[in-house]
Amino acid sequence: MSTLDLSRWQFGITTVYHFIFVPLTIGLSLLVASLQTAWLIKKNPAYLRLTKFFGKLFLINFAVGVVTGIVQEFQFGMNWSAYSKFVGDVFGAPLAMEALLAFFMESTFLGLWIFGWNKLSPRVHLATIWLAAIGTSLSAYFILAANAWMQHPVGYTVSPVTHRAQLTSIVALLTNSTALAAWPHVFFASFLITGAVVIAVAAWHLARGSDAALFRRVLRLGLSVTLVAAIATAVTGDIQARLMDSQQPMKMAAAEALYNTESPASFSLFTIGSLSGSKELWSVRVPYLLSLIATLNPHGTVQGINDVERAYVRKYGPGDYKPIIPVTYWSFRLMIGFGLVGALLALIGLWLTRRRRDIPRSSWFYRVAIWAVLLPYLGTTSGWIFTEMGRQPWTVFGVLKTQQSVSAGVTPSSVIISMTVFTLLYATLAAIAGTLAIRHIRQGPPAEIPTGTPDKQLPVFSY
Amino acid sequence: MSLATFWFIVIAVLWTGYFILEGFDFGVGILLPVLGRDNADRRLMINSIGPLWDGNEVWLLTAGGATFAAFPLWYASMFSGFYLALLLILVALIVRGVCFEFRGKVDSPRWRARWDQAIFFGSALPALLWGVAFANIVRGVPLNASHVYTGNLLTLLNWYGLLGGLTTLSLFALHGAIFLALKTDGPLRDRARALAMRIASGAVPLAALFLVASQLSHGRPATDVTAALAAIALLGAVWAAARGREGWAFIGTAATLALAVATLFGDLWPNVLPSTTSAAYSLTVTNASSSHYTLTVMTWVALIFTPVVLAYQGWTYWVFSKRLTRADLGEADAMPVLDSTTRSGPGADDVPPAPVGGRS
Repeated sequence: MSTLDLSRWQFGITTVYHFIFVPLTIGLSLLVASLQTAWLIKKNPAYLRLTKFFGKLFLINFAVGVVTGIVQEFQFGMNWSAYSKFVGDVFGAPLAMEALLAFFMESTFLGLWIFGWNKLSPRVHLATIWLAAIGTSLSAYFILAANAWMQHPVGYTVSPVTHRAQLTSIVALLTNSTALAAWPHVFFASFLITGAVVIAVAAWHLARGSDAALFRRVLRLGLSVTLVAAIATAVTGDIQARLMDSQQPMKMAAAEALYNTESPASFSLFTIGSLSGSKELWSVRVPYLLSLIATLNPHGTVQGINDVERAYVRKYGPGDYKPIIPVTYWSFRLMIGFGLVGALLALIGLWLTRRRRDIPRSSWFYRVAIWAVLLPYLGTTSGWIFTEMGRQPWTVFGVLKTQQSVSAGVTPSSVIISMTVFTLLYATLAAIAGTLAIRHIRQGPPAEIPTGTPDKQLPVFSY
Repeated sequence: MSLATFWFIVIAVLWTGYFILEGFDFGVGILLPVLGRDNADRRLMINSIGPLWDGNEVWLLTAGGATFAAFPLWYASMFSGFYLALLLILVALIVRGVCFEFRGKVDSPRWRARWDQAIFFGSALPALLWGVAFANIVRGVPLNASHVYTGNLLTLLNWYGLLGGLTTLSLFALHGAIFLALKTDGPLRDRARALAMRIASGAVPLAALFLVASQLSHGRPATDVTAALAAIALLGAVWAAARGREGWAFIGTAATLALAVATLFGDLWPNVLPSTTSAAYSLTVTNASSSHYTLTVMTWVALIFTPVVLAYQGWTYWVFSKRLTRADLGEADAMPVLDSTTRSGPGADDVPPAPVGGRS
């Protein structure tokens, strides 16, 4: 394999892996901050127990997210130096801002939160977790603005002297419509994952009857978070679909494997047979749906791959501008499918645990509630695979191709070494972090803290 | 002064911050097997940097991000050129980062011992390799006409690079020992101070040799001054440490690191990555920099937000400025715990510790 293919695989592996931890960091930091706020306001010790419990789970997850994030920043230069040279003037700015404005905030205030239980006043200590959580979400905005520029480059020009991209408007870059749509989508999808984790944790304890009163409320909380997040993720995703249709028509067509322009266009739930443009063997189709998704009009025209390809050849010169269609087709469906199934399960769960009802006795309920934690993870992974693979063959849509982006001086053997090292290291980390997280979840929240004792008595977090 | 030169200075400042701050937490990690005689010692050492190390590491991420934004060609050539060296640094930083969080999560001496080893290697390796990298940046590396690195990992392991590596390794260890003497109390503090003197006997000649070598090959009058001041600061630090003035000693090693970085960046300017193949292929402040617009935007962002960051990070240091003692770890660890003793029941983390007493 060439340096290009190997580097693509490495970037895919490390990025997908990194994003396993990111959403839970975003969601849990805000959840923990909310729980701690509830404790300060209502003085109910149950909230403190949950703050500590989910706080430690958050830290286990956060540790892996942070260290794998360092690789992301270095990788652009290490494996994609031609890309870095070409885009650094534009793309470097949000990355540098992310470090200065968000990373410092996140890590400094988290350090204060972990070690500050007995050193800061309760209000100041509460502020530290909020600031850390806001830093996390802010960081997501900067990196999504950087990614959005790759999907839909704005606020730049290619210098005729240096032949490199140059920033012309930082405001345009930071208010890119693609970024403004992507951030809420990622933000709410993070709560889809956070909700699912909360549900799974509560279900595990409820199935064993430990702390039932507490965990019934936690379960309901998780179910509600999931349902609201699912609706919000769907709505924001829908907004993104129309942006995609106008900004990256090839990606829209590739999402459906729609080869010929249609109006109205139907959406296939799944297809058996080839997706290469020849007639499929069998598919289940919803009429008008693709037109509706792409244009908001049931009779709207959706361009097919062949027509977009012809237009791109006219615009960008001869070449193949199609992504790998089966990958885009299936990842798009899996993203939506996993999200929908998760939302449906949350709805059923809310119904089964509705007011004054006893918690369900069936072990199936708990089994499903625990294993359903995988659904949103698979959904977000599919979503990233779709949006990044759907942009191919470009790294910066319409401006720079992936094959032009790779490092010139890096040998395939170097990338084989780094990819092997990262993969093995990440697998080990996943095993360790997973084991620790499960151990921690099984131990349950810390015992009730006696009321009336001064806050000195609260257990501190320390290494 | 051009904006590009201003950003060259900004990046030098970011590396200075990184070396001063992460320098001492690398040092603490390096000294963990030497100074940490039992688990309580080691927990004290780790907790002394616990609230700080992650914020310290962000200086590196900011230096990387600033280089990407202000000097894309420098970022591209350096990061792709130093590929395997950076891989080693990344692996070390990854392992080290999770160590702190995971070490206390399982109450088993073997589990902790393994993470302690990982903390040592995860701290020592980058401490060495950053020195190797910076020495090579000053010395120059083989770059072709398109500024692509044409050497390999061994190219970087020349005597000057290795001397630079040993210098940062020993300086960070010294810096860390002084930090521990400043942050702890009792026997650990005494041992840290004694160890600092022993490390100094290696660090002082290494640093002197490295600075002299740098100035002989790459020096200019201005940096001769900073190099001399770095040497004076280092001797002052050792002198203060010998007299138990740990605060002054820490300021001394911090100043040494700052002046050493100033010397190296001063020697480097106006290049950012010189080519040993041909001077014409060198990357300079001018030919590697971003456009005027981007540098202007980044300057405003830096001018507005850097003071804010410095304020809250400084506040963190103030909040955690108290010396740590065994009493801070909680009763379970206040008594020496031998590694061979296996304790059952709740882990050390779950034992409600005695009040830290910062706010009383």
